[in-house]
Amino acid sequence: MSLIYSEEQRMLADTAREFLAAKSPVAAQRRLRDERATNGFDPALWREIVDLGWTGIPFPEAVGGLEFGYKALGAVFEEMGRTLCASPMFSVVVSGALLQLAGTPEQQTAWLPALIAGDKRVALALDEGPRHDPLATTLSARREGSGYRLDGSKVFVVDGIGADAWLLAARTEGQAGDREGVSLFLVSAGTAGLSMSPQSLIDSRNHARLRLDSVLVPASALLGAEGQGFGMLDQALDRGRACLAAEMLGAAEQLFATTLDYLKTRVQFDAPIGSFQALQHRAARCYTDLCLARSAVMAALAAFDDPASDATTCGRLASLAKWKAGETAAHVSNEAVQMHGGIGVTDELDVGLFLKRIRVAQACLGDGDFHCQRYAALTELPA
Amino acid sequence: MSGIDDFRKETRAWLEANCPASMRGAMPDGELVWGGREVEFKSEDQRLWFERMRDKGWFCPDWPTEYGGGGLSPEEHAVLEAEMRRLKCRPPQINLGIWMLGPVILEFGSEEQKRALLTPMARGEMRWCQGFSEPNAGSDLASLKTTARDAGDHFIVDGTKIWTSYGDKSDWMYALVRTDATVQKQKGISLIALDMRSPGVSVAPIDLISGKSSFCQVFFDGVSVPKGQLIGPLNGGWTLAKSLLQHERKAMSKFGEFSLPTHFDLLELLPEYVPAGSRSPADIALRARATACAMDEHAYSLTVQRMGEEARAGMDVSGLMAIMKLVHTEQERDKFEILLDALGHRALGWEGDEFSAGELALTRAWLMSFTQTIAGGASEIQLNVIAKRVLGLPEGK
Repeated sequence: MSLIYSEEQRMLADTAREFLAAKSPVAAQRRLRDERATNGFDPALWREIVDLGWTGIPFPEAVGGLEFGYKALGAVFEEMGRTLCASPMFSVVVSGALLQLAGTPEQQTAWLPALIAGDKRVALALDEGPRHDPLATTLSARREGSGYRLDGSKVFVVDGIGADAWLLAARTEGQAGDREGVSLFLVSAGTAGLSMSPQSLIDSRNHARLRLDSVLVPASALLGAEGQGFGMLDQALDRGRACLAAEMLGAAEQLFATTLDYLKTRVQFDAPIGSFQALQHRAARCYTDLCLARSAVMAALAAFDDPASDATTCGRLASLAKWKAGETAAHVSNEAVQMHGGIGVTDELDVGLFLKRIRVAQACLGDGDFHCQRYAALTELPA
Repeated sequence: MSGIDDFRKETRAWLEANCPASMRGAMPDGELVWGGREVEFKSEDQRLWFERMRDKGWFCPDWPTEYGGGGLSPEEHAVLEAEMRRLKCRPPQINLGIWMLGPVILEFGSEEQKRALLTPMARGEMRWCQGFSEPNAGSDLASLKTTARDAGDHFIVDGTKIWTSYGDKSDWMYALVRTDATVQKQKGISLIALDMRSPGVSVAPIDLISGKSSFCQVFFDGVSVPKGQLIGPLNGGWTLAKSLLQHERKAMSKFGEFSLPTHFDLLELLPEYVPAGSRSPADIALRARATACAMDEHAYSLTVQRMGEEARAGMDVSGLMAIMKLVHTEQERDKFEILLDALGHRALGWEGDEFSAGELALTRAWLMSFTQTIAGGASEIQLNVIAKRVLGLPEGK
């Protein structure tokens, strides 16, 4: 398992960096926010991203993918983090992975190629409360006729606005906290009883609330076996967690570079403030954490590309990466604001945009406490 | 064309035939072999491995054969190291002199010094200690006051060195001494080699908060050192010391590959003292702290792995190198704090049958761990180095 990018992955990252600098700089994200873009992203940019092939990176060629692996995908997420690029890439990864892991051949044929081609969008509707907790799923799915009736609600659904379909975690038996009884459904937008409303978060991206009132779906909407969805759901989430970790790493590295520049140029008491040891040591600590976070992120990405890594290994490394990158990015962004002083809290500076995106990415698919606890649980499993 | 491949084949075959099975795999602390006038072996295999590597000249594989080295090219040296890693061969000996002073003598030493010092070093017959720190020159090393006064064909050395590891067991010391007190402090320092058996040298081991230690204070009372033992130019010692410390970092990173198994695995030890299923709030909080600590340790070990990979790929690893000591020593300290809390009073035993050997060892290791964030450049110095050399932040006024 290699913890560095290969020549090809490095080239992809360079291409992505040039593309994003030209087409999706931080100023473009600011504009999306100020113009209150409906989807939270720019459809024309999304089309170009799809044409570059990024959506196909983790998927097999048979469904229209590039089979280029998760390290390559992580390299792209890192670069998107650097410019805060908003796009539905995240939901392509998690929804695509879940379809690939749990979908029937019919579901895969119907959705995967369209997802990769950017023709359709599928959002994963998972959490029901403010803190990520997939085991706490209570959205009810009861058998009715030959199908199911779904009742309940989902919140903070990433890329939910304008989605063509929803992947839902529901409970067919048991109660919140039970691993057994979690079932997965694929429901098309426009199905009767389904209502969506946007949720406006600090990162100005695409988040939605979803309500289901007696939504009737056929049995063919089920992914995998009834009540047995959790394992595959968790594996798909781990891919998303690793990508979010890569995105946060890229964002934090960029923000740190900006802050270092400021420390070297801002003069107070007739000296650049970066010459003061109180700030030097704090900057050095940020750097140290960034180094450790990068190793954790690389290991998680590499695990998905390594056939010898089982789901437990991947999950443990994904939790490590999400935890370390999340804690580091939060720390670096707090320090960035503080070290910039007064200007750091103004909207004029991009520092705030980084802080806000990092906090949302940190909460998405599990914060530090969640992944710390999960890492411990996965470590205690027999090897 | 195939010269290096042949060398690899020969080396592999030689190592397989000559490295005893018991000399492969991770090395426990107590099993280190220290080269010197009086080498101590704990087993016949240790002696065999030591002598075989010595006779190949492979204590110093890349030194010229005329000084007892192996005469290997950089490519061959890399192959030898890779093959030793592959077989998990232990280093046949630990020798500060070879790793740190040797390269400096090769670069700056006179021909006589090379013959007089390098040859016995290459045969593992000289154990060296380092005389840098003084009671009033720790982090601010350049303030050192041990003097070497010009007395014709020799120097007279007076003063004291402290925190000298194994000062009581070493044959020779390389030391920084003041040879000019009238100039800027860095510009009046010289590097000398001195025989620890010289009249006027006395050594006192230092007891630490953890008990006995390998640290010593060394005193010099009118010690005569021949001028031929001045290494490099007079008053040029500071530059040499910096070069020497670079070699230390290189050696430590090499040493890291044989890294000693971590003595205390937090997540493994914890259930013994904090029952796995316990729902007591204190236990839950402790488990969370322990997990975070173990996760940081995991991220560190991945970083060691990544640094090795990057170095082999020819990437610049100076930034990663600069964080390693800081991170590792602080993580060890944090781990001990958690273990201490988990064991409660059982971690506070000093001696006696009340406590298990493991518990007593933990207590001593915890107390000893305080030295780690101080010795070899305190954490604060490491942070300075990262800030200035890696991040390029400006010097203070």
